[in-house]
Amino acid sequence: MLGLIGKKVGMTQVYDEQGTMTPVTVIKFEDNVVVGKRSVDKDGYEACVLGTVDKKAKKVTKPYGGQFPEGVEPKQFLYEMRDFDLETEIGTKYGVELFEELKFVDVIGTSKGKGYQGVMKRHGFGGGRKTHGSKFHRANGSTGMAAYPSRVIKGTKMPGRMGGERKTVQNLKIVRVDAEKQIILVKGAVPGTRDSVVLVRRAKKK
Amino acid sequence: MDLIKAIEAEQIKEEIADFNVGDTVKVHYKIVEGQTERVQVYEGLVIAINNASSRKTVTVRKISYGVGVERIFPIHSPKIDKIEVMRRGRVRRAKLYYIRDRVGKAAKVKELIRKKAK
Repeated sequence: MLGLIGKKVGMTQVYDEQGTMTPVTVIKFEDNVVVGKRSVDKDGYEACVLGTVDKKAKKVTKPYGGQFPEGVEPKQFLYEMRDFDLETEIGTKYGVELFEELKFVDVIGTSKGKGYQGVMKRHGFGGGRKTHGSKFHRANGSTGMAAYPSRVIKGTKMPGRMGGERKTVQNLKIVRVDAEKQIILVKGAVPGTRDSVVLVRRAKKK
Repeated sequence: MDLIKAIEAEQIKEEIADFNVGDTVKVHYKIVEGQTERVQVYEGLVIAINNASSRKTVTVRKISYGVGVERIFPIHSPKIDKIEVMRRGRVRRAKLYYIRDRVGKAAKVKELIRKKAK
């Protein structure tokens, strides 16, 4: 896997040479530092721990700071990349240059919280007619059978909290990589609010 | 947010004709036909301007063979060659949507006569 931890900046639109407008999301990266490695011998799997954004020294507790090797500043955001594509050493820094050869990426983030939502918004139920004597509008309808099984099957789609969960958007096209500003532009929307942390990795299915 | 403004600023054209709502303009825009590229001209009345930095658009209305036609041009698009102002109009509102309901002489906008700068 190849990827970095970034921050969603927001959305805008850009023109290409032909004059076609593309909606894009801007993702900013600070230096991603390798703060640790996992190996088959010791941990049972290969991985590389990436960290980004320095954490204030005052805010670092001893147990939290203890996981960082010497010479590496404690970082706010950490992510373990399984089977990192590049040979790395602890302390190596990565920037958006990593994405220069890529065409498509997957973006993982935490979606915006929607609160308590009904079944039409949350699960895409069709709902009923609004008029013509209909008494069934946005309710969820039947939730199961009768005497047998005498209970509601686990996992039945019902109203409840929506959003605020980890979401992956696959195969977003990279429109531009700006090494100077350390940003990339990807076509389309990305989960989460502005300034939220997102993981950008090479598209798995391309 | 400043990053987004910086990205948009890169795309904003510097020389854009100074026109207002109510003016009659000629929009020269490029069309690609297979291999060749040519410029087409669309002349009409500016009935609305929507400002949004690099996404600024202008709505131009004309009557073509008795049918009202409105086109929305993103003015910072590379496809827009240039915009020429043909006639200034005297208007009292920012959006001239009322023109759509008027026919003939009632749909006219008076010409703006400006005092010459001394």
